[in-house]
Amino acid sequence: MASLKELAAREQKLAPGHRACAGCIPALTFHQVLRSAPGHVVASCATGCIEVVTTIYPYTAWKIPFIHNAFENSAATISGVEAAYQALKRKGKVTKDIKFIGFGGDGGTYDIGLQSLSGAMERGHDMLYVCYDNEAYMNTGIQRSSATPFAADTKTAPVGKVRKGKKQYPKNLTEIIIAHDVAYAAQASPSFWRDLNKKVEKALSIEGPAFINVLAPCPPGWRFPTEMGIEMGKLAVDTCFWPLYEFENHKRKLTYKPKEKLPLSEWTKHQGRFRHLHQEENKHLLELAQQEVDRRWKELLFLCGEPA
Amino acid sequence: MSEKSWKEVPIGGLIVEPGNSKNYKTGSWRSFKPVWYEDRCIQCLACWNSCPEPSIFVVEGKVTGIDYDFCKGCGICAEVCPEKAHAIEMEPEF
Amino acid sequence: MSKIMGLSGNEAVAHAMRQINPDVAAVYPITPQTELMHQFAEFHSDGLVDTELVLVESEHSAMSATVGAAAAGARAMTATSANGLALMWEIVYIASSLRLPIVMPVVNRALSGPINIHCDHSDTMGARDSGWIQIFSENGQEAYDNAVMAVKISENKTILLPTMVTLDGFILSHTLERVEILEDNEVKKFIGEYHPETSLLDVDKPSTYGALDLQDYYFEHKRQQFEAMGNVLPVIEQVSKEYGKLSGRDYGLIEKYRVDDAERVIILMGSSVGTAKDTVDDLRNAGEKVGLIKIRVYRPFPYNALREALKHVKALAVLDRAISFGTFGGPVFTDVRAMLFGNGVSLPMMNYIYGLGGRDIDKAQIRLAFDSLKDVVKTGKVKKEVNFLGLRD
Repeated sequence: MASLKELAAREQKLAPGHRACAGCIPALTFHQVLRSAPGHVVASCATGCIEVVTTIYPYTAWKIPFIHNAFENSAATISGVEAAYQALKRKGKVTKDIKFIGFGGDGGTYDIGLQSLSGAMERGHDMLYVCYDNEAYMNTGIQRSSATPFAADTKTAPVGKVRKGKKQYPKNLTEIIIAHDVAYAAQASPSFWRDLNKKVEKALSIEGPAFINVLAPCPPGWRFPTEMGIEMGKLAVDTCFWPLYEFENHKRKLTYKPKEKLPLSEWTKHQGRFRHLHQEENKHLLELAQQEVDRRWKELLFLCGEPA
Repeated sequence: MSEKSWKEVPIGGLIVEPGNSKNYKTGSWRSFKPVWYEDRCIQCLACWNSCPEPSIFVVEGKVTGIDYDFCKGCGICAEVCPEKAHAIEMEPEF
Repeated sequence: MSKIMGLSGNEAVAHAMRQINPDVAAVYPITPQTELMHQFAEFHSDGLVDTELVLVESEHSAMSATVGAAAAGARAMTATSANGLALMWEIVYIASSLRLPIVMPVVNRALSGPINIHCDHSDTMGARDSGWIQIFSENGQEAYDNAVMAVKISENKTILLPTMVTLDGFILSHTLERVEILEDNEVKKFIGEYHPETSLLDVDKPSTYGALDLQDYYFEHKRQQFEAMGNVLPVIEQVSKEYGKLSGRDYGLIEKYRVDDAERVIILMGSSVGTAKDTVDDLRNAGEKVGLIKIRVYRPFPYNALREALKHVKALAVLDRAISFGTFGGPVFTDVRAMLFGNGVSLPMMNYIYGLGGRDIDKAQIRLAFDSLKDVVKTGKVKKEVNFLGLRD
């Protein structure tokens, strides 16, 4: 694990001048992930917020080789790059050691890019895939995705007089990837940078496919003040909505256990997309959301061999 | 950047100047600006580590100021600055 | 020194791929392309190629991984048919826009629906505006030759565009033919080493591929693609000439068959050309002045060569193995007509749609097309422009 001093001394792989919104935690996620990879890295990214804001022609924030192909194929694309690396290294045409990181938002990963990711993970490429999960299609203007939390207000599942936001609970993508029996998988948060840094280092040091799912709070999409992003991540973790854990050697392990598990409302109350949950008539929805968080947390504790 | 003809730009939409977004200043987006007080700073680097741009100058492991060329004024740096230090304060831009 | 083998079209192309020995090949099965990659996978398992095989979960990922590999500086290939090509669609356009010289054999098959596995050209016809070079093959030999030449054409510095080498599904892909293949080292020497100027693996010279290209430069990049396409035909002629010296087989952009003094001519592409040549011979033996033109290079469209070849012709029929709904004829017909219109060539033209979904075409049908042109020669008029061959009325 590197100290902040060491991380700051490294050549940064992403330059400022990108056009992410003020307070964008997805952008911070990219910085923290890339800082944790000191050697040569080639990256890909699915169409989405960070792809757009970092590569508006003729400008690029990328100081390392980067490819954006399309929305649904970041994993397949970087798997092709990795295959080229294996072939060209074998032939002696490439001599340097290079790591490969594919990025995608929740839309490009949980939804439209799931098949491409599943294929790349199953084939066993030596690569890391990082999902920056901001829990909706933010780039197109806040539409629900399969990662969007229950009852959240989005443009395609808005809160109205009759219907109150998203009907479904979020898909558990991390567990879907774990079911591929990958070399490494984890959930992380930039609000816990040491934990994230360690996970990226581990993912890149292990040979084979690795996956890290990072919860990346989005100020305009979640509707919280721009300075609150780090706090939003912390609360998501401390309410056990977003547990920090990893999967290695076929075993799950909690990497952080909140001293006190906070009620989900501690997280939702700061966010405009959940405002309705804090009105008396929608109390039952908040209760349902809480029950689901509790159920998943209990199940995870069991899977991690932790006392309930 | 002056606009070039199709004969002058690399083919395929390729950008061959890594990190040239540094020529695109985003500082004008700000309505509040962080002001850093060196005397109060405990050099924990939490601000740099939490800045999405990044627009915190760090030289030899130490914060030396704020890069107003890029800072969008989100206020995360002031928020994550340890309470006992309180070395960054948000002030109105004008 | 070449070697004579009995090979199906798929096997012939697989041999071309073995000799090209691409760095990366993405593999996904679809009828009738499947056996092409079976054969190539066998070569791979027997250690006859150095290729990194990426056994993807869909054609979409096949093209995506191929694009990634090509952007990483690898010589990258994949192959497909019909619905597979359709699933790749978005990335087919991205491959040409990123200027990646990928070579992809496409075994022509009808594009659903209803689903059908047999030959027509509707799959690659849809991709005719995608910025790929398209070369059609008459037989297994040509499919092999075209695949080898395509590498050199695509990678030409003035081009850097991907190429589809097509062969008719089943009719060519699954039919055993006599195919001459070059020596491995002859192919290796002919295509040479691939040295891209930029690559994702060039970490000392980092490039950004696939940036968001808006109003201020997108148009300029499209103009560059237009320019590159404009450079293709002379390069194909040059490469074909070099290949002719090596193999003894000369190819033009088009092939003229008994056209020089012909009054009635048909134009067509792909495997039906063989049947049509026999028909021409039959009619010539009966004293009729007929001929045919095979279009080998369909994209870019060989305007000048065709215009020149048609100068003295009195009546023309274009045989399309694809249908284009809502227009006034099949895609080749529309192209030929557009090419002639406004170029001072006033030539009465008929269009015959044939062979959709693998419907057989025989000499009697082709003869019918020639016969119907007799009246056109006499009157200078076409009664009905779009017609169907081999269809039950």
